[in-house]
Amino acid sequence: MSSLPTISTATLTKDLRLEWRSKDAINSMLFFALLVVVIFSFSFNPTAEESRQIAGGLVWVAFLFAAVVALNQTWARELRNQVLDAYRVSPAPANALFVAKAVGNFVFVSILEALMTPLFIVFYTLRALGPAWQLIPVAMLGTWALVVNGTFFAAMSIRTRSREIMLPLLLFPISIPALLSMVEGTSAILTGEASAKFWIVLLAVYDLVFTSVSLLLFESVLNAE
Amino acid sequence: MKKAFPIFALLTLVLLSYALYEALVAAPTEQTMGEVQRIFYYHVPSAWTAFLLFLVNFVASIVYLLNRSDKADILALVTAEVGVVFCTVVLVTGPIWARPVWGIWWTWDLRLTLTLVLWLIYVSYLVLRRFSSGSQTPLMAAVLAVFGALDVPLVYFSIWYFRTQHPSPVIGRGGSLDPRMTRVLLINWAAFLCLALLVCWSRYRLERLKREVEETQALEALLEPKGVR
Repeated sequence: MSSLPTISTATLTKDLRLEWRSKDAINSMLFFALLVVVIFSFSFNPTAEESRQIAGGLVWVAFLFAAVVALNQTWARELRNQVLDAYRVSPAPANALFVAKAVGNFVFVSILEALMTPLFIVFYTLRALGPAWQLIPVAMLGTWALVVNGTFFAAMSIRTRSREIMLPLLLFPISIPALLSMVEGTSAILTGEASAKFWIVLLAVYDLVFTSVSLLLFESVLNAE
Repeated sequence: MKKAFPIFALLTLVLLSYALYEALVAAPTEQTMGEVQRIFYYHVPSAWTAFLLFLVNFVASIVYLLNRSDKADILALVTAEVGVVFCTVVLVTGPIWARPVWGIWWTWDLRLTLTLVLWLIYVSYLVLRRFSSGSQTPLMAAVLAVFGALDVPLVYFSIWYFRTQHPSPVIGRGGSLDPRMTRVLLINWAAFLCLALLVCWSRYRLERLKREVEETQALEALLEPKGVR
């Protein structure tokens, strides 16, 4: 019987390789986020000062919507050919699968953010007035917050009718505190008017709570009949 | 138990009428707000009842996760349903009161936002129950209920900090409550609790009957070969 890290790494490598060859998730996410950026830019047409105040909200709403595209595809691949059933009867720990999927989604969404951020800076002429390095912990903790719950709820929504629409319905209400922290933290850093420390701590607590509870409950969700 | 139900229903009806009389007639009129303040006797008890029901939902969900008991699942379902109804009452009566008193329908105040988020979480819980089919529904729902309940303190802290940064126009009822008002409030709460219990009770019985019927039908379908009558 293999251990959790071995199986996680194997699943993660497989997912990353599949994505590298097909580029399904990343392409659809990128194009989707690009559309959101352009549409927001048209609808608000902000000045540099205004955009500093609203950018936090725009950036994270764009990333959230784009992330749902990737999260919805998380388990779709495993449903074909009954991979999940095979996984269920295998002695491999269920959490290994969850960790691999969550880390995989984290990688995809982080790549998306890294590629989209320059575009946001160009379109909205952004320049941080606060300590810009703090954007990195906000982005990393925030992305993990979205991805860990998103991966978990995606595993739940594949068992429902109309599964594509189910994921955002489950994910968004639970994500409200994380989303608020990301938006407010980013705005605080961009405008330089307040400290983002509280939001970073809150995101860390959120991540800790929901990562633990996901790991605790994933096995029952995977084995639910 | 079957006999107790109509008796309890009658008691609830009497208590509700008494509470209505107390709230609309007997309670003193508030000095500054006037008659509109009486909505308080519906708003606050509904809120307390809704929060209590959500708490029961959380406990029942945990119990279901521990021992997979059918009863706990039904209890979680009915408390979420009735809780959402009471929470809706809170969210509707709040703005009706706020418009004449605060001058605005809505503000992103801590309590208002928290109630709204709670409502959203439990509506998504009911949507999940509606859209997932088969025997895995209770487990999915119980898991979501745990996520939702754990979310509440995080929502609380995030909005608390959010609000201290951006002061809102108004808040707080301030001052102390007239003892006569407290009495009316408590009578109304008791009435609302009885009403909630009554609805939960009948909904619980209905759900159990529904499941029994489904089970019997499934069993009959197994025993009876197709096409043979």
